[in-house]
Amino acid sequence: MSRIAARFQVLREQGRSALIPYITAGDPQPAITVPLLHALVEAGADLLELGVPFSDPMADGPVIQAACERALKHHVSLRHVLDMVRTFRETDAETPVVLMGYLNPIEVMGYEEFAAAAEAAGVDGLLTVDLPPEEARELVDALKAHHVDPIFLSAPNSDDKRIRFMADFAAGFLYYVSFKGVTGANRLDVQSVRDKVARIRANTSLPVGVGFGIRDAETAARIAEFSDAVVVGSALVSRIAELADRPDEIVAIAPQIIAEMRAAMDAVAAAAPDRKAAVDQQ
Amino acid sequence: MVMQAKQANKVAPLTELPDARGHFGPYGGRFVAETLMEPLEELREAYERYVKDPDFQAEFDSDLAHFVGRPSPLYHAKRWSNELGGAQIYLKREDLNHTGAHKINNTVGQALLAQRMGKKRIIAETGAGQHGVASATVAARFGMECVVYMGAEDIQRQAVNVFRMRLLGAQVIAVESGSRTLKDALNEAMRDWVTNVDDTFYIIGTVAGPHPYPAMVRDFQAIIGREARAQILEQTGRLPDALIACVGGGSNAIGLFHPFLEDSDVAMYGVEAAGRGLETGQHAAPLCAGRPGVLHGNRTYLMEDQDGQIIETHSVSAGLDYPGVGPEHAWLKDCGRASYVAVTDDQALEAFHALTRTEGIMPALESSHALAYVNQLAPTLSKDQSLIVNLSGRGDKDINTVAALEGISL
Repeated sequence: MSRIAARFQVLREQGRSALIPYITAGDPQPAITVPLLHALVEAGADLLELGVPFSDPMADGPVIQAACERALKHHVSLRHVLDMVRTFRETDAETPVVLMGYLNPIEVMGYEEFAAAAEAAGVDGLLTVDLPPEEARELVDALKAHHVDPIFLSAPNSDDKRIRFMADFAAGFLYYVSFKGVTGANRLDVQSVRDKVARIRANTSLPVGVGFGIRDAETAARIAEFSDAVVVGSALVSRIAELADRPDEIVAIAPQIIAEMRAAMDAVAAAAPDRKAAVDQQ
Repeated sequence: MVMQAKQANKVAPLTELPDARGHFGPYGGRFVAETLMEPLEELREAYERYVKDPDFQAEFDSDLAHFVGRPSPLYHAKRWSNELGGAQIYLKREDLNHTGAHKINNTVGQALLAQRMGKKRIIAETGAGQHGVASATVAARFGMECVVYMGAEDIQRQAVNVFRMRLLGAQVIAVESGSRTLKDALNEAMRDWVTNVDDTFYIIGTVAGPHPYPAMVRDFQAIIGREARAQILEQTGRLPDALIACVGGGSNAIGLFHPFLEDSDVAMYGVEAAGRGLETGQHAAPLCAGRPGVLHGNRTYLMEDQDGQIIETHSVSAGLDYPGVGPEHAWLKDCGRASYVAVTDDQALEAFHALTRTEGIMPALESSHALAYVNQLAPTLSKDQSLIVNLSGRGDKDINTVAALEGISL
């Protein structure tokens, strides 16, 4: 069983939803990234999403665009990101790490070389924003051969047929993009996300994570009521941006928002001990 | 991977591409975030339906005739041909179209499609401003809201076109991210589209982007080659020996080339911007000096560094200043059906002056790249051979650039 599947199984048994913070590797400087990943785990992260900086992050809003630009000032490449994961793994063998980014850096490295290097570094999953399942066969085969879970994005306008199609390729979990828009926008409607997650569950047995636009503890807790994972990106990255000129404080201060979310999500789980049963029935 | 796909597609005739999922050999395709998959499929279905609809075609043809001013002439540049002392040079005068370039052929087509699809708002990206002006023009013509994304850097360089777009009622939004040029404007337009997909039509200005854009824009631009083919047969009684067109994204080139693909005796030359020289790295010539990758929704040749980051390009011509190229060109290159060459800023400027002085036609700096290659090619051919050059745009927009380069303040 992959590290991701194992983690979701434990969480499901505990009736808890996973909290997955996203940071861009190398933002605002490469030395921060590994200590920050550890601090996020300490603050309550169950899985980690590590962004691979790209020069043209088309699906991202201004917050993550700026994070990519800060990281690229230090020329942080896919190979550096893999090194960071390797270093992280030296002291944390448990927490799953998912790389998130765009296809081109992987295309340039080569699918097979990337998949082998990712496995060797201790990467557990890959989410490639601009790679829909139609174009993904070859990369998915390489990833699966190296025990890296391919994670796919589903969207509000993905119909049942597409969800089943991507679920056939996917492993680990399925990521649901909570609205039509870019990361970090303020368009989240919890009820419509709840309805859509129920429909996704009718089409796949994979855990369903929800991301885009989750900016505070209250929203995280509400999404956690019905999802298997809550992904928090821009809200965390904007804390990092505020501290960009005081990097020494980032590791201590930025994870606080994750701790707040963790507490709010656990309160929901505690208040609804039958959550696991409710989720299983869906 | 590229090699496998190449062999698998080797049998498909070039004129039947792309395949059902938008591939030209290993290039093209649809590399976008999931939210855009449904609107792209909706667009593909609408396009395939209307392209066969006689009412749609009649309206498109009528607008091309009466609004754009087609057919554009095919002009025999006799003095310049004599001066170069080789092949007879024919200029396809897309510069005489309404708004001064070939761009309008495509924006009229896409605006008509947007109207049929019930979209009230159009968005566009622009580099030099030519596609932005052509989009703002059709938005005014059809009474649609229009938002144009333009790199902040380009806005400063192209103040006249920005004002032109505003006069036409478009909102021009400065893009401050990344390198603040065309590629970033395209990113930002994609972000707008993903946010407003329900009521918005994205008019991409070139034969790049996710399927069906490369095929659709090519089909709207193929009027250039169809006219040119009929005109040269009428004027000379035979097909030309070669076609020459500049290639940024490549829409004017593919528009000229496509109707000649099966004429195997007609050579094709796409001319990229070598900027300050290919050896300096300061250029915009992905086909000549880049390698395959994935950007802006398609797999194609790109200007990128060893880590797969897209690098900044340079060309004196803003319309060629783009790190990618249409996927059909990538495939025509690999197949060997078309040749891709590059000329420098200086060579393009020299051709700009030569045509202006010799024929009384001031070409756009983009088109001047094609002309600069004619300077090299024509003398190697005999006087009874002929060339068609796509004069894709007029040079009025570039006179400030030319003056500044020559140290003249207007």
